[in-house]
Amino acid sequence: MTQFAASAADRDGPFAGSGFPGGYVPGGYVSGRHVSDRESLDAGGDRPLIEVENLGYAYGSRVACRDIGFTLYPGEVLGVVGESGSGKTTLLSCLAGRLSPAAGRILYDRRPDGPVDLATLSEAERRLLIRTEWGIVHQNPRDGLRMGVSAGANIGERLMALGHRHFGQIREAAAHWLAEVEIDTDRMDDLPRSFSGGMQQRLQIARTLVIGPRLVFMDEPTGGLDVSVQARLLDLLRRLVAEMNLSGVLVTHELAVARLLAHRLMVMKGGRVVESGLTDQVLDDPHHPYTQLLVSSMLQV
Amino acid sequence: MTEAGGYNFAYLDEQTKRMIRRAILKAVAVPGYQVPFAGREMPLPYGWGTGGIQVTAAVISGQDVLKVIDQGADDTTNAVSIRRFFARTAGVATTTRTAEATLIQTRHRIPEHPLGEGQILVYQVPIPEPLRWMEPRETETRKMHALSEYGAMHVKLYEDIVHFGRIATSYDYPVRVNGHYIMSPSPIPKFDNPKMDRMPALQLFGAGREKRIYAVPPYTRVESLDFEDHPFEVQRWDEACALCGATDSFLDEVVTDDRGGRMFVCSDTDHCQDRRAGAPAGKEEAAQ
Repeated sequence: MTQFAASAADRDGPFAGSGFPGGYVPGGYVSGRHVSDRESLDAGGDRPLIEVENLGYAYGSRVACRDIGFTLYPGEVLGVVGESGSGKTTLLSCLAGRLSPAAGRILYDRRPDGPVDLATLSEAERRLLIRTEWGIVHQNPRDGLRMGVSAGANIGERLMALGHRHFGQIREAAAHWLAEVEIDTDRMDDLPRSFSGGMQQRLQIARTLVIGPRLVFMDEPTGGLDVSVQARLLDLLRRLVAEMNLSGVLVTHELAVARLLAHRLMVMKGGRVVESGLTDQVLDDPHHPYTQLLVSSMLQV
Repeated sequence: MTEAGGYNFAYLDEQTKRMIRRAILKAVAVPGYQVPFAGREMPLPYGWGTGGIQVTAAVISGQDVLKVIDQGADDTTNAVSIRRFFARTAGVATTTRTAEATLIQTRHRIPEHPLGEGQILVYQVPIPEPLRWMEPRETETRKMHALSEYGAMHVKLYEDIVHFGRIATSYDYPVRVNGHYIMSPSPIPKFDNPKMDRMPALQLFGAGREKRIYAVPPYTRVESLDFEDHPFEVQRWDEACALCGATDSFLDEVVTDDRGGRMFVCSDTDHCQDRRAGAPAGKEEAAQ
């Protein structure tokens, strides 16, 4: 069994028999939707996909995050929540290779040669990883899309970057992914500029997932969308994450988004992790005062 | 070093020529790689061939025979003035005949007559960066070249097929040199692209405004980009040249009157004259 299950059992110990909602049993989480994921996870091997130790980063003398450590297993989505300025995005940038951490290290289980320290990779190797194994969903779709070329080309570009040179097949893949993210395929040759915000975000997701990434970094994927569009997008993401057995790191300030998408949760404040655990557990039984504040600030309808 | 008409040989001073030659050597050593150089102000405006003229000035010698063409023609303003420039500042012999020239400076065409070993072809380049259309940042395009990240290049061709049903790019058609760097062949028609492949002559490219020099050494592989199901094709004409009857050369459409009259003629004037001097009768002569 994985560390995931072990930590669940550990935390479960003191609360056993306390009428804890959500139904934890030692050794696994049975009431939720993740059971099948866990099973496939076990089949997929016990090696963590990404391992972070004592990660730290500072902008000059201003420390943005410090002493961050976690382990992410294949098929798992880790949510990172916290208020603005808590270091969430800095953490994600470090993970995705856009910033090089000042302290600590990040081990990534690269194909085919196993765990490597991201800091030791050359820029060429890092960019190869981004092209072939990773996907990044930006908060603003404009950062992740080429606004000057058609939707189909946006999706196709990632395939062409991997060496696909068959126009018909690239187009088929683009059509398939547009359908997958619920965009009419007759919009394929339109510019993303003519799309609504929600469609742009879905297009960005299609562009990210078309290469079948092993690891996806999501930075506020639902930021700036109205609630009904947000709900559809979350449904979609949830389905894709389950179908593709995606692993990911999801940065968000909306607890509801984290509740729906993330299996585990890390709460950050002032650049530190103040609490971490299973999503439902952290949200339903917050221990740290800040987490309690965060949960109680959630709007109820 | 000879002085001609009060100028240093070939206009540029010797230090500048050395600097440009060093850039050219580097460019030849790394085919298709854009070498930055300290481009000088030349006595003609940017866009008129300041890059080509500097490269020519750096490689020309007193024994060279120079030919200059603009869109294939020897007698257009740009070609005539650059030819006279070097005749005056370097005292070199000039010609309009492709076969006799040792050094050819060109804008927008490769001569129809096959070039041989010992000849140098100098291209005038307005925009040396083939990725510019997709990626405006110079720092980023350099990285993309270094890492062979060329997915974006095919996006342009993809968009062509989407909008026009075929690859509609007809000039400045991107090529891959020696299996690595993607290069802009300067705005030559894609009709000329196959001539670059394994050409026995040395090809040098000079971009004056962007201050870049790049090169394709003799017998180097030059492939035009395409898709498996949309292979690279060159232009074809239904007409033959109205003057010389050539069916295998690049034709210009010339409007002859204001009632819709038009004719197609070879864009390479030397080629056309050669054929008319010794060769089969063209349409006009046949009609007379």
